[in-house]
Amino acid sequence: MNRTVSRWAFLKRWETILVLILLAICFVNSLASPYFLNPHNLFDSTQSFSEKAMIVLSMTLVIIGRDIDLSVASNVALCSTAMGWLALHGLPTSALLLASILVGTAAGMFNGLVITRFRVPAIVVTIGTLSLFRGIAYIVLGDQAFTRYPANFSELGQGYLFNLIPYEFLVFMGLAAAFYVLLHRTVIGRNLFAYGNNPDAALYSGIQVNRYRFWFFTLNGAMCGLAAAFLTSRIGATRPNMAQGWDMEAIAMVVLGGVSIMGGSGTLLGVLLSVFVMGMLTFGLGLINIPGIMMTVVVGFLLIGAIATPIVARKLSDWRRERAGA
Amino acid sequence: MSKSPLKTGPNRDVILGLIVAALLVLIAIRAPVFMSSGSLDTLVTDGALLGMMAVAQMLPILTGGIDLSMPANMAFTGMATALLSKAHPAMPVLATVAIALAIGLVLGAFNGCFIAYLGIPPIVVTLGTMSIYRGAVFMLSRGAWVNAQDFGKPYLAFPMGRLLGLTHIFWIAALLIAAAYVFLNHMQKGRELYALGGNPPAAKYVGINNTHNKMLIYLLTGLASGLCGYLWVARYAIAYTEIALGFELQTVAACVIGGVSIAGGRGSVPGTLLGAAFLVIIFNALPIINVSPFWQMAISGTVVLAAVIINSRGERSQGKVILEPERGTSAKVAS
Amino acid sequence: MDPIAPVPVPALSLQGIKKHFGGIHALTGVDLHLYPGQVMGLLGENGAGKSTAVKIMTGIYHPDGGQLLVAGQPAEFRTTQDAWRHGITAVHQETVMFDELSVAENIFSGHFLRRGRFLLDWPRMRARAAELMANLESDIRPETPLKLLSVAQKHIVEIARALSHDSSVVIMDEPTAALSAHEIEDLYAIVRHLKSLGKAILFISHKFDDIFAICDRYTVFRDGGYVGEGRIADVTQDDLVRMMVGRSVSTMFPKPEVELGEPVLEVTGLCNPTEFEAISFTLRKREVLGFYGLVGAGRTELMEALFGLGQITRGDIRLNGRALEPESPRSVIEAGIVYVPEDRQRTGAILPMSIQHNITLPSLRKLAHGLFLNDRAEVAMSDSISQRLSVKCSDREQKVGELSGGNQQKVVIGKWLATQPEIVILDEPTKGIDIGSKAAVHSFIGELVTLGLSVVMVSSELPELMGMADRIVVMHKGRIVRILDRPAFDAETIVGAASGLAAACTA
Repeated sequence: MNRTVSRWAFLKRWETILVLILLAICFVNSLASPYFLNPHNLFDSTQSFSEKAMIVLSMTLVIIGRDIDLSVASNVALCSTAMGWLALHGLPTSALLLASILVGTAAGMFNGLVITRFRVPAIVVTIGTLSLFRGIAYIVLGDQAFTRYPANFSELGQGYLFNLIPYEFLVFMGLAAAFYVLLHRTVIGRNLFAYGNNPDAALYSGIQVNRYRFWFFTLNGAMCGLAAAFLTSRIGATRPNMAQGWDMEAIAMVVLGGVSIMGGSGTLLGVLLSVFVMGMLTFGLGLINIPGIMMTVVVGFLLIGAIATPIVARKLSDWRRERAGA
Repeated sequence: MSKSPLKTGPNRDVILGLIVAALLVLIAIRAPVFMSSGSLDTLVTDGALLGMMAVAQMLPILTGGIDLSMPANMAFTGMATALLSKAHPAMPVLATVAIALAIGLVLGAFNGCFIAYLGIPPIVVTLGTMSIYRGAVFMLSRGAWVNAQDFGKPYLAFPMGRLLGLTHIFWIAALLIAAAYVFLNHMQKGRELYALGGNPPAAKYVGINNTHNKMLIYLLTGLASGLCGYLWVARYAIAYTEIALGFELQTVAACVIGGVSIAGGRGSVPGTLLGAAFLVIIFNALPIINVSPFWQMAISGTVVLAAVIINSRGERSQGKVILEPERGTSAKVAS
Repeated sequence: MDPIAPVPVPALSLQGIKKHFGGIHALTGVDLHLYPGQVMGLLGENGAGKSTAVKIMTGIYHPDGGQLLVAGQPAEFRTTQDAWRHGITAVHQETVMFDELSVAENIFSGHFLRRGRFLLDWPRMRARAAELMANLESDIRPETPLKLLSVAQKHIVEIARALSHDSSVVIMDEPTAALSAHEIEDLYAIVRHLKSLGKAILFISHKFDDIFAICDRYTVFRDGGYVGEGRIADVTQDDLVRMMVGRSVSTMFPKPEVELGEPVLEVTGLCNPTEFEAISFTLRKREVLGFYGLVGAGRTELMEALFGLGQITRGDIRLNGRALEPESPRSVIEAGIVYVPEDRQRTGAILPMSIQHNITLPSLRKLAHGLFLNDRAEVAMSDSISQRLSVKCSDREQKVGELSGGNQQKVVIGKWLATQPEIVILDEPTKGIDIGSKAAVHSFIGELVTLGLSVVMVSSELPELMGMADRIVVMHKGRIVRILDRPAFDAETIVGAASGLAAACTA
């Protein structure tokens, strides 16, 4: 059918652009450094973004639902603090992992509860909880750090399958597949797109919008807990200022992936591609020794650029069309 | 001077004022040293800075937006002027202020272009510029700090100079906040902001130019951030990457506590000031009642959450009343 | 002076106005002449070009051809301010005002009065606002925040705003759409007052009651073109309908003869703390049960509560004999009751989504394999419904937002039909709809009952209810005051009961 073909073509456009960008970045990286194309290094590089990417998956669902969650980074710090404290009391790795996920889930539930029960806009609630969660971490830690973790704890974040593929990355890819199915092939995903587009119409169609929102914030929290476990395991310590800036990076990755910040549209494939784009870009910049704080500048530009470019393109084509006469 | 049309529920501001007063009294009883002139002086100066930035934050929120990049703007401008002062210690204050305003304006304009002309949601743009500007501070300073002894004399002297016993910072703040009050209540452009936030299509219909107004707002917040960046650095006599970190939350918190609606269209200057006062009092009281400063973040967060929850309950209780109560009192304005 | 004979110089004149958007011709050369001291009714179906003409007259659009004349002089409006300055103002269907601001500020927004160059002059504005409101026989105070006012009161403020421009032409677009009978009479009085002041008034309405009550002359548009004009005194309703539609519309309310069955819904003693009390009624199979009342009587609140969106503190609901607890829309839909709300655009369809996705949305769980979507079943459902309702589209993937208004409505109805309900609750189904589409909706309701469904119809248009309903429930301030059977339908009794007149209500 005519229309279907043209729409597929459009859909492919954003993802195609991302693929091209990804290839371009990889190409430039390989020129810049001989270490880039080494499979070990490539897989290692995934560690720097695997944890964030887990959060990006659930954040995608939140943003498609017309909400936003600015508390993810602080949530990670909170979960990590919980783990560190429990580790001091001798709990084993498996319990720590579970605890982290539970704390994250509880934090996410708190967000969800305040947002849906008290009808407060998500942005304000998560600005509050971003302070509250990290604040708790500061209260517990002060300016210290937890560094005493059980011996096998580092396996989580630093372990490899076949000595090549990091566990983190595998977990992330598995989750990505699961989220793809959830978003695009289930009733839940379809209802999410519906209320992200038009919450009123969705409500009158029988979708329990607030219940969905609650559970998506909870899921986001759970992902933060999971990510916190991997992150803490990888860096071997809990500091109150850890994961700083992750909220903005996560949102950037989601938006770069083609998800509209106004809700109601987006694909998981796009988000997955954007995760790799950001990952390879960061890796490449790291290879030429650009310091971390510069990355945030780059991400900031990417975020704005990602949203601005299609708008500018559309305005230019409108302007050109006007010049040529309607 | 003629009275303004309708404040944000004058009752609300009065109640908030009483709460703030009660808070002061409670703390004064618990720790009388809080009311010493030194402590009050710090309180007032801190309040002045937060008050200015909170009122500036009010402008975008009134139109349904937000500006999370203001503290980062402050940081960049502060660092830039600090480095300039270090290199040219004799630079006159007027020049410093002019440069601070100029830099702040440019950074604000950058926001404005994307928000006003490209129509990108302010949360996204300012999240991005927040990172960019703060990263730029590092680029500028290469991580080095500017310490008290590096500054030129005029730089530090002016803001902390005194008039009638209170710092210049206080008087500057008082002036600017008063100007903001007049702007928002007695000038057309100010009232247009309320209209814009309350009902954007209706605003367009009556001829209000959304685009120009949005640009104006972010230019104003840029200017405010630039000036406050200089004042902040001069007050603490230090410049580093983490200047004003945490102000993002505090300015929004002050607005929310003060009754500004996040959706836009509602808010008052006195309310916002009271919100800022509330926060500043709590933060200054913490060390005095022996609570470690590490509690500050958690307390800010809790206060914000409490404030928005209370606000939302207030709004919701105005439900539809159709049934007439037995006594015959009608709930709505009779026609 | 004979008020009906045309005065030579119109206050505002459209001559041969054309307007197109891309390839669509909204206006193909229309004439419209508004004379001082006269009320001109503008009639036409949806899409006839009325709102486009209004937008040209108020400076929102620029005509692509033809001429605009103000008091005989050619004029060009580049902005809404230009139109104001020429004395043209409009009162719209949806109030275009600011809830958080005061009455005075609403009246003067866009043209504040100043003291000196910069400062606003609130005392003067408040005084003038009070004056304007007094002229309109209203005692609303200028400092009152708009959000505290009723819809009718907001309309008065809008009229005051129009008058604050010292206008010569006042355009009123569907001003009675949301008003009760009593408020409509008040509005007519205001219009007559404006007439006596020498203003030229353009009155756009779908309700013939309005047209014949208040207008001196009429102009008819059809499909973007000018059909004719003349004196109201010289025409009948049928004449006007024929001009608007281009053919005779036989009966507006084709009520089919069906045999009413057993009760399907029994509601007893339903209560909500603030919205309604002691609500008891039954609905029989194939019955059309009308709900009439003034705006604010609580009908919509009752329906929303039945649909699971409100609060019920006491009372009993039985669906086919089984107890029903409306916990959420989903549970109510599954039980077989659907609710089509008033604001179709906002709550009916999800415009950026495809026809298929819209139609299948409430039925997804039924079609799905567990949690997983079932494409084939969805396509089958979407196609069968589209066909049955003759939805005109390029294919099922087309976005609903791209369809015409009538087809969008079909998609909305289709999605509910797909859930195979027993009871359909329609809230103001023909509000703001022109005559042609109204008849279509009415005949559709007839179809529903023939198929065995029961219909609850909430409406503020009494002729419609009296034509379509088997029984009418009258509500007043949250209570049911009277239930009438079809043989006993009497307009005066019903309106009286709705207004709370003791004589018209039963105990």
